[in-house]
Order: sequence, then structure tokens, then C-alpha cells
Amino acid sequence: MAELSYREAMAKALREGLVEDERMFIIGEDIGPYGGPYAVTAGFLDEFGPKRIVESPIAESAMVGIGTGSAMAGLRPVVEIMTINFSLLALDQIVNHAAKIRYMSGGQFTVPLIVRTVTGGGAGLAATHSQNLEGWYASVPGLKVVIPATPHDALGLFRSVRKETDPIMFIEHILLYSTRGEVKDDYYEIPIGKADVKREGKDFSIIAYSRMVNVSIAAADALSKEGIGVEVVDLRSLRPWDRDTVIQSVRKTGRALVVEEVWQTGGFGGEIASAIQHEAFDDLDGPVARLGGLDVPTPYSMSLERLVAPTEATVIEAIRKELAR
Amino acid sequence: MSTKTIKKPTSLDDTTLIDFYRQMALLRVFEERCAEQYMLGKIRGFVHLYIGQEAVAVGAISVLQKDDYVTTHYRDHGHALARGLTPNSVMAELFGKSTGCSKGMGGSMHLFDAPSNFAGGYAIVAGHLPLTNGLAFAFKYNNDKRLVATFFGDGALNEGEAHEVMNMAALWKLPVIFVCENNQYGMGIPLEDSMANPKLTEMAKAYGMPSAKVDGMNVLAVRDATEAAVKHVRAGNGPYFLEFSTYRFRGHSMADPVLYRTKEEEGKYRKLDPILTFGEWLISNKKATQDQLDKINLAIEYIVEESVKFADESPFPKIDDLYKNIYAETT
Ligand SMILES: Cc1ncc(C[n+]2csc(CCOP(=O)(O)OP(=O)(O)O)c2C)c(N)n1
Ligand SMILES: [Mg+2]
Repeated sequence: MAELSYREAMAKALREGLVEDERMFIIGEDIGPYGGPYAVTAGFLDEFGPKRIVESPIAESAMVGIGTGSAMAGLRPVVEIMTINFSLLALDQIVNHAAKIRYMSGGQFTVPLIVRTVTGGGAGLAATHSQNLEGWYASVPGLKVVIPATPHDALGLFRSVRKETDPIMFIEHILLYSTRGEVKDDYYEIPIGKADVKREGKDFSIIAYSRMVNVSIAAADALSKEGIGVEVVDLRSLRPWDRDTVIQSVRKTGRALVVEEVWQTGGFGGEIASAIQHEAFDDLDGPVARLGGLDVPTPYSMSLERLVAPTEATVIEAIRKELAR
Repeated sequence: MSTKTIKKPTSLDDTTLIDFYRQMALLRVFEERCAEQYMLGKIRGFVHLYIGQEAVAVGAISVLQKDDYVTTHYRDHGHALARGLTPNSVMAELFGKSTGCSKGMGGSMHLFDAPSNFAGGYAIVAGHLPLTNGLAFAFKYNNDKRLVATFFGDGALNEGEAHEVMNMAALWKLPVIFVCENNQYGMGIPLEDSMANPKLTEMAKAYGMPSAKVDGMNVLAVRDATEAAVKHVRAGNGPYFLEFSTYRFRGHSMADPVLYRTKEEEGKYRKLDPILTFGEWLISNKKATQDQLDKINLAIEYIVEESVKFADESPFPKIDDLYKNIYAETT
């Protein structure tokens, strides 16, 4: 066991891919001498050279197009979009093209494309740079959306993602890069579409993903001191998402809170809440609750930004409220 | 646009020249039957006919290798047929049948055929250009001498994506031939009403890309210009931009009543009909006889008639196909 940061785990995952698979290359903005906006690819240019580490003009759509077309022609591109906010400039290539080509060509062309990008707020970057758009991508048939919360999961999931032949949004979180965690030395893979019970509990299920897993675990730890056993299920991927594990957990606890950072209106959590109430209705001891990001463009000032995403305190409050109902 | 209909001397043999005629005539007759089958309700959705522009697809694709990639926009029947897709597989696709080139999943605007490296018709204006660069990027990455020819309209050059793509292709010397079919309209908007600078080749110049503006009603001129572009691109010199001046004789799509241009204008271009003028040239230069051309036209009528029959008799996709090919697991 080694303790790695999320950043180091991602670097390890990418390095492995580049070493093992000649077809893999990374294209992105400032991933070369600059080392990547979040320093994930630091040193890669020296190690792998400019053929494999492709410094792109600031042109997200053309960049994803390089990924889509080269994937159709047999390469294994990893396109790094600096943050998920900028992926909006490439929506056409991702949603209208990469996600559709296998289907529209009757299976003749495939797009084994990985788009790596960074979601989330909390870094004082205000409204254009603090969005969580993973839920949007998760609604598109033809895409897969993988969203790891820990260094261990980031590495294991990326290993599976590399073997896929479909376009995948691999979504990291801006505030997770420096978080640390145990990573097994022995080779392992984590299959896409398998949720993970990150913490067991008998009284209440929290379903979360990305940074909200950590927030939920902290809340669960605090509540356990009062004798409330909270289980935290980490979805790890939004498309496909693991109904079985979620339903199983809720059947056990009889209670559910879906926690996510995305705007609650139209958030992906609505999909999960609806599945729970429909499939575990008879086991529920109360309504399925949701806690998402506030419905506001993220403000700059720290005094306001800290109110936007769920926190340990708001998760605890939400669970208390449900239990007191 | 050039009004010259006199073709310059050519070194091509008679068989090749006559085959150009045959291909263009096939595209024309195929499209006329599409219009008819659309009116009969056999073809759904948008259908964008290629009538009037046949010389571009036939001339340009004739100088590509079989293993080069071709991509195009939604006005794609002509490119598909010129690339060698069978009339049967294209007509069946338009009818939404499982024997269609895209198994009935794409329709008129989304023709695909992997065996002929026809990497797709795409219905988002300029949307196929970014991934076209990607196909070319793969060739370069693998030190492969193949190239990609991509077809698009004048209107596509108003999209930002086109400019990201031309910059990137030129910057990295990607093996792409950008083939702009300037038919002077984007739907109903004339070029000069949508572009600050309607001199399209100047856009290529801005990206340091060589270019040529050529009469797109003359199949031999198209062929020669594309041959020069192929030579340049295959030698590893980076992309090349071709502007072919042409005109679509029909509406933008079957749904277009064509209220935005005059009958006089249409008549003027009809006189430049790429098939009629080339047929006349073949005869007056003793490359072919009227009798030969008549026989070709008759044979084409039969082939296209057969394609309609084939499409009609083919089965629709099965209900199970609805969920197929969304992901690898569902193939
Ligand atoms: C992004 C986008 N915007 C608008 C449309 C609707 N549309 C389809 S074709 C077309 C005109 C394109 O003109 P041009 O590129 O000149 O090609 P042409 O049809 O003349 O061959 C438009 C506006 C579309 N399909 N995609
Ligand atoms: Mg046009």
C-alpha cells in the first residue's frame, strides 16, 4: 500500500497507459512545459515527447475532434479539457458527434475516446469557472460518465476506462487533487458502473459521488457519535449507474439522502431519487431526500461561495431533519 | 463563377472520361428518383439533393486512393455514390431499411460505409470538420501516407469550428483536403449576405494554407485541381483548400420552395449543367458517341430502378435494433 494524492494517482494512471499502449496520446491545453493546469501531466512531455503529449491551441471543439476522429481511426486519445466549463465549447463534438457515431453508423465506426476534465467549485473562481455539469453529460445515450472520488478509485477506474471502446467523460474534481488515500500496489481494476459502499451504516443511506463522498463521510462520522449509523454509497459512475447497490443499501436502511454538488434543479440526483422511491418504496421509512448545490450562479466572495455546495454541516442537518419528521 | 464551358485538353483515356460521365449521370438519376420517392412518402426527414453539383464529387473523389478517408456534410448522396457505395445500399438507407449503408439508423444525412472508408455524412453544419482533422491526425501519428478529403458548403465557413479546424490542420500539417462546394447559398441566404469577405480562398490564406478556386461545373477542372491538392498533401506538406464554384439546381432540401432566387438566375446556371456540357464535349471531341451515352443513361435508369426495388423489398430494422450499437456492450 502506498499513500498517493488524487493528482499522483491520475498521473500514475495516465503514465501506465502511455507506457503500455502506443496508440494512446494526450492532447490538451498547457499540458506540456506548463505541466497541466492542475499539474497532473508534469514531466510527461520530457518523458514521452511531443508526439504523445500534444500541446493544443485553445480550441476545445477542434481538440475533441482530434480525439473523435483519431479514435475512429484506431488511436486511443485522451483529451484533457482544462475544466468542465470549457467543455461547453466542445459540446457539439461530444454530444452531436462522439456520442452518436457508433449508433448512426450501424456499428461500423467506434469512438474509443476519453475526455478528462475537471468539475466543481469552491476555489474562488466565480460563476464561469465553478460549475458542475456532469449531470448533463450523464443524460446522453452513447456517453459514459465516470467520476471518481478517491485516489484508489481514480486509478482503478482509469485502467478500465482505457479498455473501453466508447466515448467516456472522465470527470475529476478541482478540490480533490491534493486529497490523499491508500492505493494498492498490486494491479487492480475497477469496473465502470459499480458503486462502492464507502462507509457502512444501518440507519440511513447517503448516495453521493465525487467530492460529495468525502463530505458525506465526514457527516456520517459525526453522526455515528450520536449513535446514528449512516451508510455512504459512492456511485463512481453516473452513466451507467449502479441501481442494484443503491437499492440494496436503501432496502437495508429504509432511508435515503442523495447528495450532489450540481444545481439541484435538473440535477442527476433526481434520477436516483426517483429510482429509489419507485424500486424500494415498500422498504422506505420516509421520503427520499435530496441535497444539491443552490440554484445560483456561483458567487465570488468567500462569504457567499461557502453556502453554495453541500457541506458536512448541511448534510448532518438534512439527515436530522428527515429523522425528526 | 467561371462561365467557361470549354474543357482544356486532357491526358485521360476515353474509358476514364466516359466513366466520369457515367458516374455523374448516375448521381443525377439517383437524386431524381430520391425526389420522387420522397414525394411518395417512402423517404422521411430532410433530403438534400446534389443535383447540379455532380462534377465536384465525381472529379474530386476520382483521384483519391481507396484507403483514404472521405467525410462530408448532409448533402452526401453524391459523395457516397462517387466513393463506390452501391445505389442499393444508399437507397435502402433512405428508405430506413436494415440493408442500408448505416443499417437504417442514419438516414439521408448520415450515410456511413466503413469498407470504402466513407467515414460519414454529418448533419451539423461544420461539425464533421473537427473529427476530420482527427482522422488525419491518426494517419500522421502512424506515419501513414493516407489523407482525408472533406466536403462542406460555403455556409460552413461561417461556423467557428471551421476556423479552429483550419488553424489546427495548418499548424500541425495534417493531411486534409478541404473541399468547399460553393453553391452560393446557405439554405436561402446568399453568400454575400452572410460573409464579410466572400473570397473564400482568402480564409485559407489566413491560415497559411495553399488554395485554388476552380470551376466546379467542369469535372476535368475539378479532377485536375484535386490531383494537385492530393500531390501536395500526400507529400506531407499539410492541408490544402479547394473552392469549387457550383450551383444546386433544386431547393436546399425537398422542403424548400425556393423563394429566394430568380428563375433567370437558375436558368443561367442550368446552361452550365455539368453533365450536359460534359456529354457535349465528349461527343464533339470524339471521345464518345451519342449512342454510347444513350446506352449508359439507359443502364443507369435500370440500376436506379433496381435500387428502389431493393429498398422497397428490404426489411425494416427489428425492434431489438433500437438498443443496438449505443455502446460496445450492446452491439
Ligand atoms: C449547426 C447548424 N446550424 C444550422 C443548421 C441548419 N442548416 C442545415 S444546412 C444549412 C445551410 C448550410 O449551407 P452550406 O454550408 O452552404 O451547404 P449547402 O446546403 O449549400 O450545400 C443550415 C443552416 C445545421 N444543420 N447545423
Ligand atoms: Mg451552400
